[in-house]
Amino acid sequence: MQRGTIRIWYLVHKLSSLISTAFLLMLCITGLPLIFEHEIEDLTGDAYVMPPVTDEDTRVSLDTVLANALASRPGEVGLFMSFDEDRPVVNVTSGPTPDAPGEQMTLMSLDWRTGEFVPAPDEGDVMGFLLQLHTDMFLGLKGLLFLGFMGLLFFIAIVSGVVLYAPFMTKIDFGTVRASRSARVKWLDYHNLLGIVTVMWASVVGLTGVINTLSDPLTSYWQYDQLAEMTAAYDGAHAPDQLASIQGAIDAAKAKAPGMQVQFVAFPGGSFSTEHHYAVFMQGNTPLTKKLLTPALIDAEDGSFTDMRTMPWYMQALLLSQPLHFGDYGGFPMKILWAILDIFTIIVLASGLYLWLAKGRKGIQTRVREIESGGRLDGDIRQAAE
Amino acid sequence: MTETKAPARRQTAAQIFAIPALLALLSLVGLVSALMGDGVRDFLSWLGLAAPVIVALWALKARRR
Repeated sequence: MQRGTIRIWYLVHKLSSLISTAFLLMLCITGLPLIFEHEIEDLTGDAYVMPPVTDEDTRVSLDTVLANALASRPGEVGLFMSFDEDRPVVNVTSGPTPDAPGEQMTLMSLDWRTGEFVPAPDEGDVMGFLLQLHTDMFLGLKGLLFLGFMGLLFFIAIVSGVVLYAPFMTKIDFGTVRASRSARVKWLDYHNLLGIVTVMWASVVGLTGVINTLSDPLTSYWQYDQLAEMTAAYDGAHAPDQLASIQGAIDAAKAKAPGMQVQFVAFPGGSFSTEHHYAVFMQGNTPLTKKLLTPALIDAEDGSFTDMRTMPWYMQALLLSQPLHFGDYGGFPMKILWAILDIFTIIVLASGLYLWLAKGRKGIQTRVREIESGGRLDGDIRQAAE
Repeated sequence: MTETKAPARRQTAAQIFAIPALLALLSLVGLVSALMGDGVRDFLSWLGLAAPVIVALWALKARRR
């Protein structure tokens, strides 16, 4: 590789890393406990045991569940209804208006067998704080998009790092760790080894994180693009005065999608539906098809089926980016591996920062020759080599 | 040269990237496999994602100079 080429890639690697390292360290460190969010909640929270009933398979009408939930929130309307996977629990989200923002929403959980309240999932204070910091640093959409940009810089740093790996390793066997040499050479070797083995994982987790930050804009675009098209016949239709039965809407959707489960229902007027429809989001049975939701639109005035179509590619990319970022789709061993790879990435980030801080007053020429020589320009041999 | 080792041969790009490319491929299999189903696909996923971890730990021990 030409010296000029190395110089350019070195500058790309240095700049993209320097800007993003502090934020990436924050993301990797807050992300570590978040991998085990469910396990930590199970350990620290008071696990609620569903009371036994005579007929475990009995289900009350979802209209009853909704009415019970809304009776506890006078003046509010339903926004979402969702279903727990591992227990007969229906979650109802309510708010003062159909388009209420997240902070005005109330989440309630009810027993599907009896229609009685059960304790709502309680996001612990610490985990909630970490999640918010990890997602948007308490800055809303601006914070989300900023962290998305940092993720993009992280990916540029990975690519430029792979390019620089080639000249550095020309005379060094894979995996060599020269721990008996100077601290600088030792950390260069750690940085290169852990960086190169985590390339694929870090790229995928980084880029899916970037896609996740685009969740709100993508959903808005989908609503404008596809939902509007699916409901063109309803242009200008007013919101119904009286909502049709939610149980009827779900039954109508299920009849059109045999073998699929309902994951959640978005009520009319919110960002996942139209003014005039329930959007019933159906899911399949494998981890993949579970994530690739298919919305069925049900007329919220008369309960009739309007349309159903699979999500466009950008929404599928968004839905698939969630598991690939969280690492929650392959059981506990996958979480352990996710954590180890995250720690490797922390070491790569920290050693990169150290290598930059400890570079002394050496200019870019020295850095380029250090890369070309695989770190041999360090310390006692520098003079000899020069 | 004060290098103690004999002047090393120059590796080609293919030689340099052989193991990293294999690890990237195994990682990718690990990332995708568990998405496609449970059971044996989960297991394949663990093997794929364990590959970079095991190789790194091996190198830190066996290739320490």
